[in-house]
Amino acid sequence: MFAPYLMTAWAGGTIVAVVAGIVGFFVVLRGNAFFAHAVPHGAFAGAAGAVLVGVNPLVGLGVFAAGGAVGIVLLGRRARHDVVTALTLVTMLALGALFLSRSREYSAQVFALLFGQILGVSPDQLATMGLLGVCCLALVALIARPLLLASVSPALAAARGIRVTGVDLVFALVIAAATTVSVPMVGALLMFALLVGPPAAAQALTRTPGQGMALSVALTLGTVWTSIALSVGTDLPIGFFATAIGALLYAGARLAARRRRRREGRSRMP
Amino acid sequence: MSAVLSAFFASPTVQTALAVGTVVAVVSSVVGVFTITRGQSFAGHALADLGAVGGSGAFLLGVSQLWGFVLAGVISAVAMEAIGTRRLEGRDVATGIVFGAGMGLTALFLTLDTLIGGSSNAAISVLFGSLFSLDSALVPVIVALGVVTLAIMTAIWRWVALETLDRDLAAARGVPPRTASTLFLVALALAVQLSSLSIGAILSTALLIGPAATALLFTRRLSTAAALAAVIAVVEVWLGCLVAFASFDWFGGSSWPVSFTIVAAVFLGYVGARTVTALRPFGHRMAVG
Repeated sequence: MFAPYLMTAWAGGTIVAVVAGIVGFFVVLRGNAFFAHAVPHGAFAGAAGAVLVGVNPLVGLGVFAAGGAVGIVLLGRRARHDVVTALTLVTMLALGALFLSRSREYSAQVFALLFGQILGVSPDQLATMGLLGVCCLALVALIARPLLLASVSPALAAARGIRVTGVDLVFALVIAAATTVSVPMVGALLMFALLVGPPAAAQALTRTPGQGMALSVALTLGTVWTSIALSVGTDLPIGFFATAIGALLYAGARLAARRRRRREGRSRMP
Repeated sequence: MSAVLSAFFASPTVQTALAVGTVVAVVSSVVGVFTITRGQSFAGHALADLGAVGGSGAFLLGVSQLWGFVLAGVISAVAMEAIGTRRLEGRDVATGIVFGAGMGLTALFLTLDTLIGGSSNAAISVLFGSLFSLDSALVPVIVALGVVTLAIMTAIWRWVALETLDRDLAAARGVPPRTASTLFLVALALAVQLSSLSIGAILSTALLIGPAATALLFTRRLSTAAALAAVIAVVEVWLGCLVAFASFDWFGGSSWPVSFTIVAAVFLGYVGARTVTALRPFGHRMAVG
């Protein structure tokens, strides 16, 4: 389980988990689950396009993730956010289908981006991932306070003089960066599951943003490590374990929160 | 041009594609109008992708993949409604959890499928299915499912319309809100399963959301919007098929994928409509779409 060829998987998984734990906290707080699904999923088209013109797929992935995320924010200013997200997502996916049909090459590389290849990470890729991950977290730290306020109450944030669209745009870039860090390794499916499941569980259990973020990172790390161990042990896909653990954590947290509310309600009665 | 047109309508592949495309376009866009006004676009998209769970699971058990699709869609719809909350943000997360868990199961089933030998084509083709590679044996089933979906929508129309506009008012008028929204999600699941099975998940979401969002930019009456959306959807599907067919000649014998041309028509239609309504001096600036 700790064989040398698995060390990059453990290290990469840890980077992904920390980034997803922090970014996911804001995704859940803002109700941005659809957005967090659309950006990693649609960005695969960029990788397909990059393969077509002979550039590094990571560049295509990053460009499409950033372009899609910014496009959704800008188009969504005057319309329903979910409608714009859906339309941008299908347009990116359709472009991906076009690129795949042009290249006539075996598309296994591109399909790996959907389901991930956790053992396929090389040490120098790991360095790029770490660097991007640090940038991503630095960006979040830079806008943490306005982002929190704009997430909880956009109206209040605007009244305080925060430019909400600007904050939304920076957060869109954060999601794009997180996508580029994680998708080559864990795939679009798993990235989305990590951004939503453990952070949602953490938010159901905590009351302050600091606690929430800390628990979110802890739960995401636990999910990723357990999934890698189970996946190595059973030879079944890591995506299955991570999504199942995420869903169980969320169900458990919802139940625990409900029991706590009931107990507090009773103790407040005379 | 007329030579291309006559070849277009003479091809049996195109005839099947146009027939199925029209049925799917009408059903999706009518359901889509409610999907958008209820803020359930994410659920609509998730249900389209979740059909793959049923497809790969059915292959594992050796039963018909078609019914795997339908069953998985209905079960996911009920699960989303069961854990969903009334707050929009909470519903978003609930959809995401069910969606993530379903995709994880798909990954598991696909792996197990390859272990027992062979692979489930339906689960892969659901992502990039094509209107031009339809199995003609599926056509009667697709039409029947489409009719069932439209029948459910007609039966629950008044309930869902009232419940969409004001949940408390609906409850006061004697509409059971939970039943109404569950029935709607089942209709939504049937509509997107039907389309993702026949034309792929990309097109399924595009036809569910695009034409309905375009129509809602121009009118707020649900019935008018549904009719307008159906017309827009059929025009966009036919246009996409025609462009994909004609592109065969433009690029020396390799045509553009029909999924791409239809989605391009849908997206350009929406962006064009947004531009038109933005330029209009007065009127429905803040339309629901």
